[in-house]
Amino acid sequence: MNRHLQTYLNSHTEAAPLAVFRVFFGVLMFVSILRFWSYGWIEKFYIAPDFHFSFYGFSWVRPLGEWTYLLFGICAASAIMITLGWKYRLAMITFFLSFTYIELMDKTMYLNHYYFISILSFLLIFLPAGNYFSLDTLLSAGKVGSRKRTSKASKRATQYIPRWTLDSIKLLLGIVYVYAGLAKLNSDWLLNAMPLKIWLPSKFDIPLIGDLLGQEWVQYAFSWIGAGYDLFIPFLLLWKPTRTFAFVTVVIFHILTRVLFPIGMFPYIMIVSAFIFFDASLHKKVIYAFAKAVKYPKQLLETTTIWQPVSIKKYKISLAVIAIFFCIQLLLPWRYALYPGELFWTEEGYRFSWRVMLMEKSGYAQFKIKDGVTGKRFYVNNADFLTPLQEKQMSFQPDFILEYAHYLRDHFTAQGHQNVEVYVESYVALNGRLSTTYIDPAVNLAEIKESFTHKHWIKPFNDEIKGL
Amino acid sequence: MKKIVGILTLVLFIYACSSDDSTIDDQGPDPIPSAFDRTALLENWADNIIIPGYIDFTSKLSSLESSTILFTTQPNESNLETLRASWLDAYTTWQRVSMFETGPAEAVGLRLNVNIFPANVTTIEDNITSGAYDLNLSSNRSAKGFPALDYLLYGIASDDASIVAIYTGGQGAQYRQYLQDLVTDMQTLTATVLAEWQNGFRDTFVSNNGASSTASLDRLVNDYIFYYERHLRAGKMGIPGGVFSGSVESGNIEGLYAGNLSKQFFLVGLDAVQDFFNGRAYNGNAQGESLNTYLDALNVIKDGADLSAIINSQFNTARQSVQELGNFEQELQNNPPTNFLNAYDEVQRIVPLLKVDMVSALSISIDFADADGD
Repeated sequence: MNRHLQTYLNSHTEAAPLAVFRVFFGVLMFVSILRFWSYGWIEKFYIAPDFHFSFYGFSWVRPLGEWTYLLFGICAASAIMITLGWKYRLAMITFFLSFTYIELMDKTMYLNHYYFISILSFLLIFLPAGNYFSLDTLLSAGKVGSRKRTSKASKRATQYIPRWTLDSIKLLLGIVYVYAGLAKLNSDWLLNAMPLKIWLPSKFDIPLIGDLLGQEWVQYAFSWIGAGYDLFIPFLLLWKPTRTFAFVTVVIFHILTRVLFPIGMFPYIMIVSAFIFFDASLHKKVIYAFAKAVKYPKQLLETTTIWQPVSIKKYKISLAVIAIFFCIQLLLPWRYALYPGELFWTEEGYRFSWRVMLMEKSGYAQFKIKDGVTGKRFYVNNADFLTPLQEKQMSFQPDFILEYAHYLRDHFTAQGHQNVEVYVESYVALNGRLSTTYIDPAVNLAEIKESFTHKHWIKPFNDEIKGL
Repeated sequence: MKKIVGILTLVLFIYACSSDDSTIDDQGPDPIPSAFDRTALLENWADNIIIPGYIDFTSKLSSLESSTILFTTQPNESNLETLRASWLDAYTTWQRVSMFETGPAEAVGLRLNVNIFPANVTTIEDNITSGAYDLNLSSNRSAKGFPALDYLLYGIASDDASIVAIYTGGQGAQYRQYLQDLVTDMQTLTATVLAEWQNGFRDTFVSNNGASSTASLDRLVNDYIFYYERHLRAGKMGIPGGVFSGSVESGNIEGLYAGNLSKQFFLVGLDAVQDFFNGRAYNGNAQGESLNTYLDALNVIKDGADLSAIINSQFNTARQSVQELGNFEQELQNNPPTNFLNAYDEVQRIVPLLKVDMVSALSISIDFADADGD
């Protein structure tokens, strides 16, 4: 192994920033789930609909009826455990599994920031975030004196942790920002100020800046500043002289996106995550203040001990897993290059790539069912099968259209129709272009198999979007 | 650190102010004219289209009531003709207000109570025979309103003399009562809707001028498109034409018993939809702020032509192709009714223009959920 890498992996840093990150992460996740619950969205999006759109290969992940509430309950409980640092690793694994399960239940609900939470929680499983300012260390310290049980080494308070553990979170945040910035380097975003040109004028009712949003120069300014922000903010946060300025920018940028767009908890998560770039001294101040308030023993914060893996073998496996994890993160967003056609149009390789706020895309899909034996044909009323949100998402994403077509085929076959053929008449409008035919109306979707190969039945895009 | 806190506080303050999405305090002139004035649009809709529409409809229902009283006190063929004329007049006016199923009309379910067709003849006859019926029950929705009157004025017997004979015969009193109850029911519901618009809802509607899935504009546009797609396109043409079932359903035509009406009702409905799009006043030809002017203000130029012009042109194409048809009853006797279905296709072409292009250009929200713009 490279000597520099070896030195790096063996270097250590204060554990306080990771502990602060853990506490905030847990709190925000708990609030997110509470918020989702309080809006009645569990019922509305997961229990009420009869049909759910699955991710390819994950059709076995379904909502659990009324038990879905229990799933959210488990997820919320593990978020509290994470905050407290109680049985940290178990809590983190539980959170990762339950949260990821929830996100896999219906891809109608897919959001990049949910994906971010999923992979971040996966990463956190491997990091020693529960060994400082946590219930685990407190309980473990209490047992040191007792004769009956000795405390688990993995739960002992440590003041120093490997540097890479903190850096891995910074790296993940950096990937999110930089890839989101790269995705904005296209002609629609930079040269036409699309889709902000469509979105911003409709936010005329926002105080102070509402009237400005209808101005074309503002739309261009937002586009360019947004792209620049995403591309450079991780570096500005890393470099000490610009750090404070960068953090202020982070706060303003994300609050602004929160005001302008319905993106839920994401802005808060990103603001809080950016704390991690600050020096340990700041985090220690925060923790000391908290520790005083909750009477957490100060000596546990100053143990001067260095975190040691319980098993060197497991530690090495963890390192390998994380290395592979980051390779995947770096490569996955480029997979779109393997597909022909315009990415924004076909959406082949669009998800899991930090492509956010890039498209104003909407569609309309009318399905025609044909009985292959009698020749009888009729149209489907989508509202009979889908919620408004499902119908909206389905109407411009080919994998949704295909999955729904298969569902219709099975539904009408069960009703007694024979050799059911499914055709779709669909129109999609992208970033202000006039709507055009989206799916080849002559293709019988009942016969098409879902796969990762190119969907040749998508009509070609009639324009060109230059850029990444 | 202090600086950060200061800026944080400021930003949070701005944010806190901004989450209030229904402010109407500023009556002064708009400093930047480029922002489209949604308030003016909502005012035009409420004051020049919706409320005058309901006023007209209410007065047509009053005439219908007078004709009903005339007929029930003196059931003869001449008074039957008068009643039928009032019914047709009111039914035609209904086609111009049916799409405003928002706010008060949505609360009472006006459309569901006034124009569910085809009428359920069995329920109607049962109600008349038993004399015990509650018209507020949802189970009676297909036994009242214009379609039920259609049956009672045209369908209960084979010719006019026999129809009058029923109203003067053994059960005549019950038939006459039912007729009157149906008209009263429509009047009551419509009076409620109009009264709410005139006493308060108009201001609520206009002041809810924000941009969210609960804002007046977003809601009414959704209702408008829903009306076009489900009631005008499907209800009046698609369903009878067998578009959704695969076989012609002439029994589901509007104005089934009177006959020869569904085409003209469709065309009136289409005119109403297009006039609404163009913000044309209910009375007269004045045009105010509308979806058309809104689209133009947003400068949506695509394919070298305005979206609003494209939509208007497709409205005109659809109208022309329907006008060229014979009456719907004749067209549906062809199997398959090719000309009818071709005309339907032109009517259908408006749906994606409204539902995809217009909604997208105006950034209309369909449902409240988190999104990240993918």
